[in-house]
Amino acid sequence: MILAADGGTAGIQAGAEVKVRVRDLNVYYGTNHAIRDASLDIEQSQVTALIGPSGCGKSTFVRAINRMHDLTPSARVSGSVEIDGVDVYSRRVDPIVMRRRVAMVFQRPNPFPMSIFDNVAYGLRVNGERDRVRIAGLVEDSLRRAVLWDEVKDRMSDSGITLSGGQQQRLCIARVLALRPEVILMDEPASALDPIATVKIEELIAELRRDYTVVIVTHSMAQAGRVSDRTAFFLDGSIVEVGTTTQIFTRPKDRRTEDYITGRFG
Amino acid sequence: MSLELDSPRTVEVSQRGLTARQAIADRVFRIGLVAATLTFVILIAGLFAELVHGSWESLVAFGPKFLWSSEWNPVTNHFGALPFIYGTVVSSAIAILVAGVVGIAAAVFLAEFAPPAVARPISFFIELLAAVPSVVFGLWGLFVLAPFLGSTVDPFIQRYLGFLPMFSGGIYGIGLLTAGLLLALMIVPTVAAIARDLIQAVPNELREASISLGATRWETVVHVVLPSARAGIVGACVLALGRALGETIAATMVIGNRPAISASLFAPSYTLSSVIANEFTEATSSLYLSALLELGLILFVISFIVNGCARILMWSMLRSQGRRP
Repeated sequence: MILAADGGTAGIQAGAEVKVRVRDLNVYYGTNHAIRDASLDIEQSQVTALIGPSGCGKSTFVRAINRMHDLTPSARVSGSVEIDGVDVYSRRVDPIVMRRRVAMVFQRPNPFPMSIFDNVAYGLRVNGERDRVRIAGLVEDSLRRAVLWDEVKDRMSDSGITLSGGQQQRLCIARVLALRPEVILMDEPASALDPIATVKIEELIAELRRDYTVVIVTHSMAQAGRVSDRTAFFLDGSIVEVGTTTQIFTRPKDRRTEDYITGRFG
Repeated sequence: MSLELDSPRTVEVSQRGLTARQAIADRVFRIGLVAATLTFVILIAGLFAELVHGSWESLVAFGPKFLWSSEWNPVTNHFGALPFIYGTVVSSAIAILVAGVVGIAAAVFLAEFAPPAVARPISFFIELLAAVPSVVFGLWGLFVLAPFLGSTVDPFIQRYLGFLPMFSGGIYGIGLLTAGLLLALMIVPTVAAIARDLIQAVPNELREASISLGATRWETVVHVVLPSARAGIVGACVLALGRALGETIAATMVIGNRPAISASLFAPSYTLSSVIANEFTEATSSLYLSALLELGLILFVISFIVNGCARILMWSMLRSQGRRP
């Protein structure tokens, strides 16, 4: 809504391609209207941060992108989420195939109760990869990209649960990278971690931006400022303002954004 | 400040942390808990000692041969436990195989796939099934299950798989297979109810992680949910197996009560608990009585071994998942 009117796309580098185009998204949980007419363009190879107070719908929004609401019987979604121009909610799209391209990192590290190797190989195996050599290669490559390889290379058969919280979250990122996704959705990926682990995750996100389109939900404005190129501000289920992170943080157009940024509420 | 220090109650609290009354109550409470817990240890030890004492005459007379002798002859006073061990182990093995598969499958459906409107009433029926007295199961087994198996299912199996020794021989309706299936029916609620709770307790985050990596619901259940609940499900099966091993009356009513070992599952057999129940009142000689008690001792030891193995299995599973047992 605001996006079209106030030129939310202004100030973006020319030629940036839109990877994910969300239009008039509405999400209901039973009678609770959690997302109201949200529209947002997420650009290729950029980190887009979704900020806003607790309960404003930013997690609900990001989970609508890879159809995670399919798992919640009470949830209902309308509107469209186009990835490279194809609506993921259209009948032609198989959500199981689509999720391989649009991977997700969750708030709390959630490694599977299996070995470190199997954790990373899991996504490959369920997507039909059988070649052991290829799997081993991709597992190592993903762990290196997630900057975890040196810490785990000698204990690949240990359970993923034995790692520390920060390592577990990097394992979860490696698990996602193994699928070579195009879009990575991160739902407050550092909120359960200590400051040092948080720094490592943020450095990792900075690395990932080169190859992937990243959407990160965060309740920390400082984090949004550090890691993102663009920022969208959510309030009560609506997108209030979208812009480059610099613009949102220094020259917010909407009064509510300014109030939130300056810490007057939230 | 000084006023407070002068108060005796304050002094006592600051020195000992508890008032005298609280300390006594605390002590009584702790002794009570320890005593309640010790009861179990004493009961098990006492039961074991009493069984050894009661079966001493038989232990001395037959020695270890009792375990592998097939003779059971009260007239000549020759006793051996092998047919009963065989009947108990095989009927319980059939029971846990069938109940394990059916129970876990039902639990997966109820916890993962069924809508609440379906899952709730079915769960209620499963719990109801667990509350049916075993003698009722026995009657139903004798008058419904055994004739049905004997006239329909057993001949059908024999027609196609009769070349296997386990499905050869005469069909009577009552026998090992019938007893095993009836026991399965009796223990399946235990497996299903506990497994359902354990599957529901698997954190939803793991399911979401699996789905978000492009796994189907089915792959998620098989590769993530069930392995996460595996150790507990093994525990549920062992609990159920314990009940099958010791179940007396229902097994007695449908197993045929013949102390013979036959390769065929259709043949009548006998279990340890059945023979004790059937012959206890007619055990006239002291050696006879002692032999029956030794059967009880064997049943006790079998249960002990089964539970011990399950512990080790669960422990190694938890360890392989990196959890503390």
